[in-house]
Formats: sequence, structure tokens, C-alpha cells
Amino acid sequence: MTNLSRRTLLKAGLAALAVPSLAACNNGAAARGEGEVIYWLWDSAQLPMYTECAKVFQQQNPQYSVRIEQYGWGDYWSKLVTGFISDTAPDVFTSHSAKYPLFADKGQVLAIDDFVAQDNVDLGIYQKGLAERWIGADGKRYGLPKDFDSEVYFYNSAFTEAAGISVEQLNSMTWNPQDGGTFEQIVRRLTVDAKGRRGDQPGFDKTKIKVYGLGYGDAGGSDGQTSWSWYAASNGWKYSEGEPWGTKFFYGDPKFTDTIGWWRGLITKGYMPTYAQAKSGVDVTTSFGAGKYAITPNGSWMLGTYKTLKQVPTKLARLPVGPIGKRVSMMNGLADTIWAGTTRREASWAWVKFLGSQAAQDIVAKAGVVFPAVSASLPAAKAKFAADGWDVTPFLETVEAGDVFAYPANPNAADVTAVMTPAMDAVMSFEAEPSSLADANDDVNQILAASA
Amino acid sequence: MTAATNAPPDTARSHGEQAPKPAKRRRLGDLKVAMIFLAPATLGFVVFYIWPTLRGAYLSFTEYSLLEAPKFNGLDNYERMIHDSFFWNALGVTVEYVVINIGLQTVLAVAIAMLMYRLTKSITVRAAILLPYLVANVVVALVWYWMLDFQVGIVNQGLTWLGIDPIAFFGDSNWAIPTVAGINVWRHMGYTALLVFAGLQTIPSYVYEAAEVDGAGEMKTFWRITLPLLRPVLVMVLVVTMIGSFQVFDTIAVTTQGGPINSTRVIYYYIFERAFTRFDFGYASAMAMVLFAILAIVSLLQLRLLRAKESDLA
Repeated sequence: MTNLSRRTLLKAGLAALAVPSLAACNNGAAARGEGEVIYWLWDSAQLPMYTECAKVFQQQNPQYSVRIEQYGWGDYWSKLVTGFISDTAPDVFTSHSAKYPLFADKGQVLAIDDFVAQDNVDLGIYQKGLAERWIGADGKRYGLPKDFDSEVYFYNSAFTEAAGISVEQLNSMTWNPQDGGTFEQIVRRLTVDAKGRRGDQPGFDKTKIKVYGLGYGDAGGSDGQTSWSWYAASNGWKYSEGEPWGTKFFYGDPKFTDTIGWWRGLITKGYMPTYAQAKSGVDVTTSFGAGKYAITPNGSWMLGTYKTLKQVPTKLARLPVGPIGKRVSMMNGLADTIWAGTTRREASWAWVKFLGSQAAQDIVAKAGVVFPAVSASLPAAKAKFAADGWDVTPFLETVEAGDVFAYPANPNAADVTAVMTPAMDAVMSFEAEPSSLADANDDVNQILAASA
Repeated sequence: MTAATNAPPDTARSHGEQAPKPAKRRRLGDLKVAMIFLAPATLGFVVFYIWPTLRGAYLSFTEYSLLEAPKFNGLDNYERMIHDSFFWNALGVTVEYVVINIGLQTVLAVAIAMLMYRLTKSITVRAAILLPYLVANVVVALVWYWMLDFQVGIVNQGLTWLGIDPIAFFGDSNWAIPTVAGINVWRHMGYTALLVFAGLQTIPSYVYEAAEVDGAGEMKTFWRITLPLLRPVLVMVLVVTMIGSFQVFDTIAVTTQGGPINSTRVIYYYIFERAFTRFDFGYASAMAMVLFAILAIVSLLQLRLLRAKESDLA
């Protein structure tokens, strides 16, 4: 028994220390050919088109080859960081604007200004505003854009037809933080209680809802990309001073807290599920697919997922026009970046340059999974989406008109998220008032000040 | 032994004076063989346990963002922890989880073990009871996540038919931890029951016979004989399951990820978040060291208070 207790104690202690560790991958640079580039991406849906890009790239540059590896979003970033530490990171990898500022700050991604200048890369071929997104806070360029995304409403057209709401009405909605404008009227009409009464009909029982007018996946955290960002922005709100490299955030601004107060008011009115209910689901698309929501806002990268929801006829509608007099959407995008520790700079740059070229983006566009960053490739993507039954105009209008705003980026994004996610969760579950966001905002600014 | 008994007595006696020597050689010989057998395990233990432990202890005194070399900062991390409300919340949430998880699991495991012991010794039943334990944690968590979905999950559909309002199992801050604890009880109780069952089999039947002769009923026998005699095994089971319970991670990671608000941000998940999404590795290591200390103390207390070393049979 003495043995047992000692062993158990030892086990107790050691097991406690076993912080989940992630095995580094074995990309030993020495073990592979001089011209071979390892490239990482996270979206399995994009693997086929990038495999094709690699083939074409290799035909054009026989001295180089590309090995593509794909890891799910959850593993991708931790694997990448372990790769940085153990010198086994991929030469080139897909990056996100929420993540690269930190990597740039820590000197893990290669500035490509010299390459861009040396090869005279035309940055005008990209959708307006995309290439600039990859210029870091230090003024250096860290990537060439490959695609972009924006937000719209995905709606169940069977529900809107049953409610007598026309496509025109859906595409000309207005919004304001006081009464929610025609947008709220439509959401109200689309909400149906257990006895079949609509939100705008007498006797509507908001405690027993069959179909919610509006669905949401989460409280939005620090960016609200697919939950509240366009309302706040069309209310004249900005995330931070010195955008896109926020140095001082404004989560306590009444323009923002009013927006959130209106948004969560939809829960009180019964048009939106409570936060507990919304979070207790697998995800927002699953509930939409089961006919529980009439409208769900989402990003363009979700088109493929919505297409798999066979039981509900899904269409796209524009975002509403807000108090500033127009509709605005967040525009975010991905880029290919080069790891600073690569031993194959030339080969890596050749691959990045190729992926950022129209030749590669035409291949990407034809697959109809994402919107290509190169403007000239866009018609091909549009055609493919149309063939799949999507009229993607609502996604592109805001982008083409330049009525877009950027994803709030900074090297402390993870810390900011760690403050804002619980704060927004608390507001949406009515455990705190929207005014409490001012305190969260102070915390955020403190984090930024501490690391500045 | 057989060779010795078969050998003629005189031969044994004539070699008598040399007898101790071969014995000594054999002990040394055993040591060599033993070391060969022990070496792989020791190597693994040193490389995968001792070294990371020491490194973790060192890192807990540094500021380490993973992407830059660690900078020694003394007790800063520990001081930060005292003022970190998230850390204290994580500890509280973890304790809540452990209490529900271990409490429910131990009671159910003993009940199942007793049922098996008294009603059936069928291998099939034992195998069936172990089944949930054979499914990967992540799979169990995901399957339950689907089944407990508020709008489309089968459990809430069932509740609705019974006339009960659906419950936001993962979304409601009050329900989230009990839900996660319940899922892990479901997965682990069969395995724990088997451990208890093995313990039950070590209780000699004469004790029960004596109890029966004295006219003790089923309940009295359980409280007065089974439980006290089961104590050493139960302590072992409690210590091991509690250590495992403190380390809940995967169920949270694939379902609530710490939310809603902070209601399921258990200490392990918080450590992971700090280390791998916020790159605050030094601070994460310091929290891991504190967890190490807590677990060591809790285990020690359990072993002492429940007198694990003594058996009432002796």
C-alpha cells in the first residue's frame, strides 16, 4: 500500500503537468528537395483547387515543387506556432488578418517588400483595399491577398414567401438602433409561435416560438463579424482609433452599446432565441437547416455549408441600410505568407507570387468556394456560384462600392478576444448591461497600453 | 526448485560451501536483466515526464511567449495569478465539476458494481458496462453535443413530448458544468464500476456468511460490511478518478470552449488557452505548477483521511 500511495501521488503530480502538448510536424528542411515548398492551408474545401494550382505552378517552374498539407482550423494555428519554435514550420502558409499581426510582431513572417519591388508585382489587380490589409503596423508588407469575404443574410425563402415578404422588401431593408427599422418589422413578421401566430399578429406568444425570425451563432466577441458588425458600423461606430491598427478601442461608445442593446432586445421580444438556447446548439447553420430560423447572417465562406442544407430553400439578401445612410459590410480576406525561418525564400516567393496572380486565382474562382482577390477573376467565381444556384450579388455590392470596413486587427487580438468574448456573452445572456462594455473596453485598452 | 529436490543429497552437501556464491551471482545477473527491462520505461519516464516537469517548473518563473526566448521574471507569474479573477473562477468551476463528476460517478459505480456482484457475473454484462469507456472522449462529447442541442437534439425532443420545456444544456451557465460532468460520468462510470467490482471480489465470503448467520439484512450488510471492507479500493479509485477529473479538458474543448461567459472555463482549458492561443506560456506553466501542488495535496489528504494503508480485514 505504501507503494500504491507513492505511485499514485507521483502520477497525480506528473499528470497534472501534462499540459496538452502538440506534436511538431516533421518538415525537416534537409530531408527534401531544394526546390520543394511546403504549403499549409486549413480549409479542406479548398484543397482540390490549390492542388491544381500546384500542378500548374510546377509546369511553369520545373525547378520548384509544392507539397500541400491541410490541417483543420482548430489545430492549424497551434501547429504553426509549434512549427515556428521547433524550426519545422511550413515555408508558405495561409494566414488570417486576426493572426498575422502577432506573427509579424514576433518576426515570424517574412516581409516581401523587396520581392514585390524586384518583380514589379502589380498590386492594382486586387479588389480594392485587400492588398493594404497585409501591410503591418510597421509599414511592411507581409502577404499577397488570395481571397476575400463579406457578410449577408441567408434566408429561408419558403418562410418569407409564406409571410408575404417580397424579395424587393428583403433587399431594401433599413435599420436603426431605436426601432430596428423595416429590418425588425420583417424579422417580427417571420417569427412564428407554436400556434402559428406571427410576431406582428395579436395573441403572439413570445414564450413558445416555433420559428425565430433571426438566428445567431454567438455574441460576436471582439469582432462581431457575423453577428453585429454591420449594424454597429452602419450606426457610425468604429472599432478603434487608428484603424486598422487599433491602438484604442471604443467598445464603450454609445453608438456601439445602443446597437448591442437593440440587438439583444430582439431576444426579449421573442424574435431571437435566448443566448443559452443559441449557444446550446451545434451551430447556427444546423438550426437554420432544421427550419428553426428564418434569417441567419453569415459570411461568404459559408456558401458551401448552406448549400448542403437540402431541406430549406436558401437565398441571399442584402444587409440593411443603417443611420449613416448606406449598407456596410466587413471585408476580410486571407493571404499567403512566407515563414521568416524558411531556407527556400526564392521558391517560397515564386509560389506566393503565383498564388497571387490571375492565373492561379482563375483556378480558385472556377471552383466556386471563395471569392478570388484578383478582380478580373471574379466573374468566373460569380458564374460558378450562379451555376450552384446562388446569386452572390449581395456579397459583392458592398465590396465593389467600397462600403466595407476591416477586421479589427492587432498583435494582441487573442488577449482582446479573451476579454471581449465573456463580456459580450454576459450582455447577451442579460447578466450584464450593455453599459458594462465600457469596463471591458478599459480592460482592452489596458492590454494594448501594456504591450505598446 | 525441482532440480534441487531431485539432486542426490550428497552432491548437494559436497557443493555446500560454494552454494552462497552462485546465489549472489544470480542476484547481480537479475539486476542486469532487470535494468534492460526497465531501461525503455525509465527512458520514456525521464524524457516525457521528468524533463517536461522540470522544464515546466523553470518556465513558470519566466515570461515566455513561445516565439521569443524565455525571460526570467521571478515570482511575477504567481503574483499575477493571485490577482487574476479568471484563474480563481477557473478553480471554482473545476471544483464544481469535480464534486458533481466524482460524487455522481462514485455512487453510480458502486451501485452498478453491487448489482453486478449480487445479480450477475456475466462477462457480456461486464463488457457492455465498459462500452462507453471504449469510445474516444471527443467522440462521446460530440455525440452528446448533438443529442443535447436545444433545437434539433433528440433529448430535448424527448423532453418536449413529455411536456417538459427544452433545456439549454450547454448554453445555460447553470447547466453547462453539470451537463459536461454528466457526460463524463456516463463515459467513466462503467470503468469505475469494474474497478469497484474487482474490489468487491477481494472481500472474503465468510464475512458475508457470518453476517447472514447473525441475521443482517441486505442494506445493513452493505453499510456495515461491504463499504468498510471496500474502503482501500475505494480510496484508490477516488484518488485516481479525482486526479483525472481535475484534468477535464477534451469535453470542454469540443463543446463549450469555456463559455457561456466563463462558466466552463476549467483550469486545464484556461491553461491551454493561455499557453496556445494567447502565447502566455510562462503564466500557463505557473498555473500548471499550482494545479500540480493542489492535486498532490488533495491526493495526500484523501489517502491520509481515508486510511488507505490499512485494511479492516487485517
